[in-house]
Order: sequence, then structure tokens, then C-alpha cells
Amino acid sequence: MSLDTETVRKIASLARIDVPESELAPLAGELNNIIGWIEQLSEVDTRDVTPMSSVAEMELFRREDIVDDGNCREQVLANAPGRNEAFYTVPRVVE
Amino acid sequence: MPELADLTISEARQRLDRGDLTAVELTRSCLAAMTAKQDLNAFITETPDIALARAGESDERRVRGKTLGAMDGIPVAIKDLYCTEGVLTTAGSHILDGFVPTYESTVTANLRAAGSVMLGKTNLDEFAMGSANVTSYYGPVKSPWKISDGKDRVPGGSSGGSAAAVAAGLCLGATGTDTGGSIRQPASFSGIVGMKPTYGRCSRWGIVAFASSLDQPGPMTRTVADAAIMLQAMAGHDPKDSTSAPIGLPDFAAALTNDVRGMKIGIPREYVIDGMPGEIEALWRKGAEMFRDAGAEMIDISLPHTRFALPAYYIVAPAEASSNLARYDGVRYGLRVPGETLDEMYARTRAEGFGEEVRRRIMIGAYVLSAGYYDAYYVQAQKVRTRIAEDFTAAFSKVDAILTPTAPSAAFAIGEKMDDPLAMYLNDVFTVPSSMAGLPGISVPAGLSAEGLPLGLQLISRPFDEETLFRAAGVLERQAQFTARPAGPGE
Repeated sequence: MSLDTETVRKIASLARIDVPESELAPLAGELNNIIGWIEQLSEVDTRDVTPMSSVAEMELFRREDIVDDGNCREQVLANAPGRNEAFYTVPRVVE
Repeated sequence: MPELADLTISEARQRLDRGDLTAVELTRSCLAAMTAKQDLNAFITETPDIALARAGESDERRVRGKTLGAMDGIPVAIKDLYCTEGVLTTAGSHILDGFVPTYESTVTANLRAAGSVMLGKTNLDEFAMGSANVTSYYGPVKSPWKISDGKDRVPGGSSGGSAAAVAAGLCLGATGTDTGGSIRQPASFSGIVGMKPTYGRCSRWGIVAFASSLDQPGPMTRTVADAAIMLQAMAGHDPKDSTSAPIGLPDFAAALTNDVRGMKIGIPREYVIDGMPGEIEALWRKGAEMFRDAGAEMIDISLPHTRFALPAYYIVAPAEASSNLARYDGVRYGLRVPGETLDEMYARTRAEGFGEEVRRRIMIGAYVLSAGYYDAYYVQAQKVRTRIAEDFTAAFSKVDAILTPTAPSAAFAIGEKMDDPLAMYLNDVFTVPSSMAGLPGISVPAGLSAEGLPLGLQLISRPFDEETLFRAAGVLERQAQFTARPAGPGE
């Protein structure tokens, strides 16, 4: 499998990273090197092997359904790019 | 007369207890050393006011006989991946511009509750992605180790600022984080001890996430005993991290018995790789002899899927990173680059805010997770990860610990391997397999290269058996007698 500039354009769009037209081809070359090297994984016989998503062999525990946090408006707003009274203001993100 | 900042944690603690040293004196010595060695670029943010205030509080506690424990009054540096309340936290990235957390990570809160003194936030590869500390937005870190060619060496990475700070005697210990080797490899390059605990031993809460199934905090110190003392203060179950292990902590320092008689230590044949310098292999053999001399039984073992660990890691880690780093979008905090549309704002912010290596890994992650490639790449890598973990489980039915080199070379010059990502990734070839299996590992300085640069050996043990790891590491340290230190000012 080889990545062409069209695929790289699509990946960049999925990743929401602006890649200038002139950089698509060199980036495709770099990514192809890495993906080509990764493809050796297909040599490993993984029939009947369970994919590992975590090494922590534990069940997620449940905490009591109680309020244990809150009343920290100023902390929440401390890194806000903008504020209006008690509200966090951001550019419109819902069309 | 050695500087106070050069003391080990154990030595400083004895002198604090005896009353012939105060935490404020010790802290002032560290702050002076930090100023004298600012050219190393080991720190992104220095916090002298916080340090002196906490040192003063520690001295008051000591006077009242209310000391909090072994770390009380000990000055440490914090990798700038840990969120610290009221102190700029950057992850080495432009995209977190101006981010000042209003909360404290669990590990740094634990260290603070144990009385330790925060000196500042150390430099790192951007989002902990790198093996040389050359991808930081705040510039590369220089290793304090100099050799005759005069070229600046890398300290290793990603915890490069922490490694340089410990090696140069700017602090008594430092926190690191290790995803594929980011504590152990810089420890090897910098001639210090670096310890990655079992996944789940330390809480990840409040640490900027890179690859959540692999990330693990750990201590970086000048001795094995110091690593045990510092880990004791960092570790423990935390309900705020669902992968934090709900088990108690043993007394890690008590595990340092200096006795490995009868211990079975494995030598994995697959850890000999093409192009590895002969001096690394020689040091590894010497390490095995040291253990044999100390009464351990050395056993040849096989970890057949070793060579697949690195490529599998470079699917799993970027996949998790692409998901974790999706939150940096210019909307709620950090850098924002305006655009005509919302998508344009996202894409411009992320293009400008992330450095080249981070962008590369996010795109690899997005690719291997995308429709049509998910099974072929991501699921296959997860299956290979199972195979790698099975290899270790089988090996640990025969041995108590495994001895390997930490890294396939000594530190290289800043600027080398920059145009070849794969050559850079190879730095972690010996540390990644145990990371994939979630196992504890430690790098102990064991010798110098022909050029005069430090080389480490790695020990790996069973999950949650850090005690065996510390016991073996203590013996390796004693046998190796590594006393070399980087050149001081003016030398």
C-alpha cells in the first residue's frame, strides 16, 4: 500500500491539520517510509489472537453517584480565551 | 567541596535529619546551579518562589518534629507534562501557549504532600514524542556530558530536561514519563537512574496524555535507592485514573537488600540487533558477569516477537495520540489561529501549534484508524501487542528479571538523526517491548563508551514486582561502580 498525495490530503483533512499543496508530496514520501516499515507486522501469525487494548486487567470500578466537585467558576474560566460575565465565550462551533 | 545540589536524596535526608542542613540551604544550592547551567535549557519554567516557600515550610515542620517523610524538603524538578496548579504547563508545545492549570496532577500532588520542593518545570520533546529532546517548541536540551569533539550531545528523550537536570546536579531527582522509553533511554544517555513503574502503579491523572494505554510516570535520580524513595512518594491508587491499580504499595527502599543469590535473570537472544556497537554488547555481557559474580543465575531466554514491538508501537501510540490530541483545536484554551471557517481555524491552529514530529504522528494515527485500514493496521498491531505480552509471560515462568541494554547507542550530537524519523525511532528498540506489555523497567548507568559517554543497562521484571527490579538494580549499581559525572562549570 502506497500513499499518494490525494490520500495524504485526505488524512490531513481528517486530522484537521492544514498542509500546504507544496508539502503534500514530500509528506507522502515520509509517511510511506514509515508505513512501509510498519507493514512487516503482517508477517506475524495472529489467527485466534485477541487484540490487546489495555494491559490493565481490571474492571472499571464505579464510584458513588454523588456530587464531589463544583462551585469553581473562576477556575473553569481561568484559561478561557474570552468571557462574558460568568460565561465562557468561544467562536461559533455549532452551525 | 561538592555542591549541596549534588547530594543524593538519601544523603540529603540524613543531613536534614541530623540538622546540619536545611531545606532552604539545599534549595538555594539547586536554584544557583540552575542559574549557572541555564545554557543546558533543561527548564522551561523555573519556580524559585514556590521552591523557597515550600522549603521554608519543610524546615518549619522539621523544627516542630512534624516531618512528612523521606522526601520532605527534597528539591525536585517536574517534567513539563505534569499539570501544576498556577504554573504554566506547556508539554513542550506551542499549542498550549499560556495554559496555566487550575489543578495539580495526582503525582505532583503526592510529591507535594510528601513535602518535596518543586524547583521548576523541565523541558521535553513536544507532547513527549521524541528520543532526543529536539522536538520541543522551547528548543533542544543540551546534555551536560561533553567530550573532546566539542559537539553538544542530546540528553535523550522525551524526558530530556529532567535527565539533564539530574545529571548536571541541578536537582536531587526529577519526574519523567515513559510511553516507549522516555524515562529509561534519557537515563541511559545521561548517566543516571531512570525507572518506569508497572503501568497502573502511578496515576496518570493531570498528566498531558500522549498514548493512554502506555503512558506511565516514574522517577529519575542519581541512585537506585533514590528512585525507590521517590517512587514511594509518587505512586499509589487514584480513583481519578480508572487504570490506576487498586493495590497497596510495598516498601520499595526495603527491597534493596543487596542480595541476588539464587535470582534467575534472563538474557533475551533477540536483543542483539544489526548495527549495534560492539561496546554495547560487551557492556551487556559484563553486566551478566556482574550478576553471576553476585550469585544470580543467568539464563538464556527467547522473546520471539521482539522485532515487531517497535512497528506495533508506531501504530498503537500514534493512533492513541491522534485521538488524545484532537482536543487541541484552538477553541477553549491555548493557541488560536483565526480562519474564514471553523474548519479552517482548526486546521490552521493545529498546523501552527504542533511541530513536525507531532503532526507526523497525528497523521499516521489518523491513517491507521481510518475506514478501510483499521483492521489491517490498528487491530493487527493490537494482536501483535498480545503476542509480545505473551512472550514476556512465558519468559517470567523461567526467570525473575530480564537484563538488556537500555539503548542501542550512546548519546549522539544534537542535529543527528533529525531528517530520518525511523533512525530516531530505533533509539527505543529495547525499551518499547516492555512498555507494550506494561512491565516495570529501570535503566542503571553501567559504563562509559569509548568516547566517554554514559551507557545504561536495563532490567525488566514481572508486573507489580518493582521490588525484584529494585533489588537487582541495586546490585547492578554496586557491581558497576559507575562514578563518572559530567564536567562541572569551567571544566
